[in-house]
Amino acid sequence: MINRVEVSETNDMIEKENLDVRTITMGISLLDCIDSDINKTCDRVYDKITRSARDLVKTGEEISGEYGIPIVNKRISVTPISIIGASSAKSTDDFVKLAKTLDKAAKEMGVNFLGGYSALVSKGMTPAEELLIRSIPEALADTDFICSSVNLGSTRTGINMDAVRLMGEMIHKTAELTADRDSLGCAKLVVFCNAPDDNPFMAGAFHGVTEADRIINVGVSGPGVVKYALEKVRGESFEVLCETIKKTAFKVTRVGQLVAREASKKLGVPFGIVDLSLAPTPAVGDSVADILCEIGLEKAGAPGTTAALALLNDQVKKGGVMASSYVGGLSGAFIPVSEDQGMIDAASCGALTLEKLEAMTCVCSVGLDMIAVPGDTTPATISGIIADEMAIGMVNAKTTAVRLIPVIGKNVGDRVEFGGLLGWAPVMPVNKYSCEAFVNRTGRIPAPIHSFKN
Amino acid sequence: MEKVIITVVGKDTVGIIAKTCTYLSNENVNILDISQTIVSGYFNMMMIVDIAGLKDSFETLVSGLDDLGKEIGVSIKCQKEEIFDMMHRI
Repeated sequence: MINRVEVSETNDMIEKENLDVRTITMGISLLDCIDSDINKTCDRVYDKITRSARDLVKTGEEISGEYGIPIVNKRISVTPISIIGASSAKSTDDFVKLAKTLDKAAKEMGVNFLGGYSALVSKGMTPAEELLIRSIPEALADTDFICSSVNLGSTRTGINMDAVRLMGEMIHKTAELTADRDSLGCAKLVVFCNAPDDNPFMAGAFHGVTEADRIINVGVSGPGVVKYALEKVRGESFEVLCETIKKTAFKVTRVGQLVAREASKKLGVPFGIVDLSLAPTPAVGDSVADILCEIGLEKAGAPGTTAALALLNDQVKKGGVMASSYVGGLSGAFIPVSEDQGMIDAASCGALTLEKLEAMTCVCSVGLDMIAVPGDTTPATISGIIADEMAIGMVNAKTTAVRLIPVIGKNVGDRVEFGGLLGWAPVMPVNKYSCEAFVNRTGRIPAPIHSFKN
Repeated sequence: MEKVIITVVGKDTVGIIAKTCTYLSNENVNILDISQTIVSGYFNMMMIVDIAGLKDSFETLVSGLDDLGKEIGVSIKCQKEEIFDMMHRI
């Protein structure tokens, strides 16, 4: 029988160490909404989303009340819109119309984000996919809750450099169109290499075409819980350190598994995966950087950071896989800058640079995330940074991503406020040397030799 | 049987157990187990109860106990048992 010590351990995690379920994300396939008329497509999309996710928010709150665990976000992901609009959207305006329809549906359902304004172009772009990509700046400027993602490369296909070049321009344009809001549009836009089909976290969530009609994916969090557990093993060996992280990740993931199972049962929607990521927030004590410091670094970014992060990421996965029957999504440690107080501090005092962050992305679960750069960073430079990150993902057969925010009108040292879970960030310096001639080459980078596993 | 864990934490005072148990009795909640300590004036109690015969909804019980806690000056939480089972049992 459960004893008092175990009960207070769980409740301390929730009340003092910021344990929460970060998101319940319902994936909805929109493949059956495709029509040759754009207005009909929009109507069908709106109907399907509002019919499918009607009880999502209510159910989330119900589960939260029953177990006393906060469920911070309820979200929706949909089939990449480049596919849904392929036969009806003839212009960027048509795609923006679809984006506005999605935004309306998201507001009606009371969710805080809807992901899937996406295109998967790792090898090539169809005309519809190119149109969608070109519509992203306007779509993000004209909507509130839509998140957009583009998959630019994969280990099996190589990197689509034409799309990388185009995305450099689109990220810059998105920043310009939302300049009055500190270029906030870019916080809702991410590019991927090896994008997962079942990621519940934003901005990169979309409902892959390999998925069922509807699915429930859950993202857990809990950097504060890991940090607190590690405080008790200061100075101990790596074995003790790893064991502690593993056990804590197990407990955190079990809560995610419970919530996913319950949500699936109550909504009558199959359970997809639990994403066992350590997702930080700007709240004090909810930071991945603080875990790195607890492992033994003065600041995130100090020598040893990559090794510490590699260890953390691996132990989180090892503890988590045993806790859930299906683990998926991004699963690991996130290292966004603006959403993590410890990372913000490290970047502000100069301990953490863009180059060190790039090294860290080789061993963390995602990539260069929520990094504010000067507004005068050229599209070509943005594309160069993206290409580097895509290459890391492609060669290491892992998911990598880039969510950069070139903040129009701001320079190195300035501070940018995004608000809420998106936090704030210092504008970080970018290498000034040009990569224009490299980025301007056309075509794609071939898949690496070790992708040929047939 | 539908097991729920109720935790009561706060500064010790007269009647915490009496008031909590009376409330539960009125709601037709059966108490299965109580464990309680006081460390330096700080009251800490855990109850395992069965809510199979609960009069109102679970949400009403949660908010009712929360209100009662505020009245006595302690924090009363009410959670379904599975969250602890999942976390602490393989």
